[in-house]
Amino acid sequence: MDYFLSEEQKMIVELSKKIAQEKIKPVRQHYDETEEFPWPIVEEMAKSDLFRIYIPQEYGGLGGGILNLCLAVEELSKVDGGIALCLAATALGCFPILLFGTEKQKGKYLPDIAAGKRLTAFALTEPQAGSDATAIKTTATKDGDDYLLNGTKCFITNAGEAEIYMVITSTSPGRGIRGLSAFIVEKDTPGFTFGKKEKKLGIRASPTRELIFQNCRIPKDNILGKEGQGFIVALKTLYVSRPGVASQAVGIAAGALEEAINYARQREQFGQAIIHFQAIQHSLADLATEIEAARALVYATARMIDADPEKKITKESAMAKLFASEVAMKVTTQAVQIFGGYGYMREYPVEKMMRDAKITQIYEGTNQIQRNEIALALIKESASK
Amino acid sequence: MNIIVCIKQVPATTNVQIDPNTGTLIRSGVESIINPFDEYALEEAVKLKEKFGGKVTVLSMGPPQAETALRECIARGADEAILLTDTRFAGADTLATSYTLAKGIEKLSYFDLIICGKQAIDGDTAQVGPGLAEKLGIPHVCYVRKIVEIRDEGDQSLISVERMMEDGYDLLAMFLPALITVVKEINTPRLPSLRGMIAAKKAKITIWDAETIAAEKDKIGLTGSPTVVNKIFTPPARKGGEKISGLPKEIAQQAVSKLKELKII
Repeated sequence: MDYFLSEEQKMIVELSKKIAQEKIKPVRQHYDETEEFPWPIVEEMAKSDLFRIYIPQEYGGLGGGILNLCLAVEELSKVDGGIALCLAATALGCFPILLFGTEKQKGKYLPDIAAGKRLTAFALTEPQAGSDATAIKTTATKDGDDYLLNGTKCFITNAGEAEIYMVITSTSPGRGIRGLSAFIVEKDTPGFTFGKKEKKLGIRASPTRELIFQNCRIPKDNILGKEGQGFIVALKTLYVSRPGVASQAVGIAAGALEEAINYARQREQFGQAIIHFQAIQHSLADLATEIEAARALVYATARMIDADPEKKITKESAMAKLFASEVAMKVTTQAVQIFGGYGYMREYPVEKMMRDAKITQIYEGTNQIQRNEIALALIKESASK
Repeated sequence: MNIIVCIKQVPATTNVQIDPNTGTLIRSGVESIINPFDEYALEEAVKLKEKFGGKVTVLSMGPPQAETALRECIARGADEAILLTDTRFAGADTLATSYTLAKGIEKLSYFDLIICGKQAIDGDTAQVGPGLAEKLGIPHVCYVRKIVEIRDEGDQSLISVERMMEDGYDLLAMFLPALITVVKEINTPRLPSLRGMIAAKKAKITIWDAETIAAEKDKIGLTGSPTVVNKIFTPPARKGGEKISGLPKEIAQQAVSKLKELKII
């Protein structure tokens, strides 16, 4: 399918593909097994300017938008959805600054993020507050010109490796979501430590850890937006970041399909390559069609955001994430099936892709939450007619 | 620091056909790339620029389509690119190529260091680097696997390098301006950057012909090339040596007596 990409977007695709093929493919199994953070790859991405693609030019970026980010994440995810997350999760942590940061905050943080010198992380989830943000227990209490943060965040992508954290806290515990506030917290701030590193099913090159705040003193200038705006910061961030997860899903799916086609062409059973069997052919045809549909939806959503960042995109971004992640799970599962016994073995790449795909149905809002968002939008649209 | 990197555009595969009449490579219909060894040369130059400041100029002699390779060098960190192209340059051997590149470099105002790949993967001669240094009258070291340091010594700059040898390395130093040719052990070339790719798209490649560089007609191209290709062949694989078999003790005895016979021990 021709998506009429610009010259620059074609370059992003070409370069991301090069990084994926030349730098990531030879080491993806290593990082999956060791669960180390792939710093050498991150440095490679930084040198190639990949962290700049969605950041405005005045802050050292290349001025592209969400579509540019999606193109890079998709290409990287074709080879490794976990390593691609170094870029995607940094974008997630960067969006709050892009959307709500003051000039001073933008000037302070964005150039380093664009250069890939500092990674970021977004911290919303807590042990008791996942889909339900009203249950957030981490507090930020005013103390003179500062705030004191106390509490624990969990399942935070990039934690430990990132240097800049967007932390959603409660500044007025009695007020529920209206009492939430977002803060920028830098690594090495006294009172801010990391808890256990999770052992995961997939995306194992990407670290997931707890953040622990114990009387962590944050200057009041580090607040994002105003006090009480934390929930809006979190929501708007997720609206623009979901196409990124969706493109990660499209990438994982496309990578698995390619592996399956290549395998089916050379695997012989009953005296012929298994790709000659119609059962395999029809399966591949369905998977390819669904991937293309997912990609079209993701690109359309990304373009919609880029065209007008003020436009309400809750429904579309939820649809893109929901559909693409369901496709990724289906395609990777089917790819393992086409590989048969070999597909179940770690020596072949598709079992990892299947493990990596699962998270796209869960994080940045489970697919059940995406359906809630879509349904709510449908009801509102209908009621306003 | 002003660095010149000499590059060659070569066919992407080592499996190219050779024209039986002329003994030269048939280049048409084969995808072209930057000679892989030259990528190490460029990377080293860009690294030096990042450390000391200055400028990296890439120079190539070749057909007009070699511009693509030069643009890719800009995407990988070079600042400027010059293509020496003229139908009269065609058919040059290593002597004529060294001369032509030297004339091009003479036209450039000033340089500290020239870096070349150790050889091109199509011709495999490894002669152009040293030949170029001789034409320019500057010192050179081939097969450099590491630049140890570049430091001031009086009013001059001294470069010390490790030259790769079969049984280790030599540590050598020379005054700048100088030329080195590099081996793949020296670094890992970076991928292009997006900003580089955008710059490469817009970059103006300087094009110089024989007149511009004031090259003498009888020293360039086929006319300036005394090399005659007699025959092109792959050297036969070395035959295996004599095999001694038997019990370990017998083998050892036989081996020792053979070595004595040959006066090796």
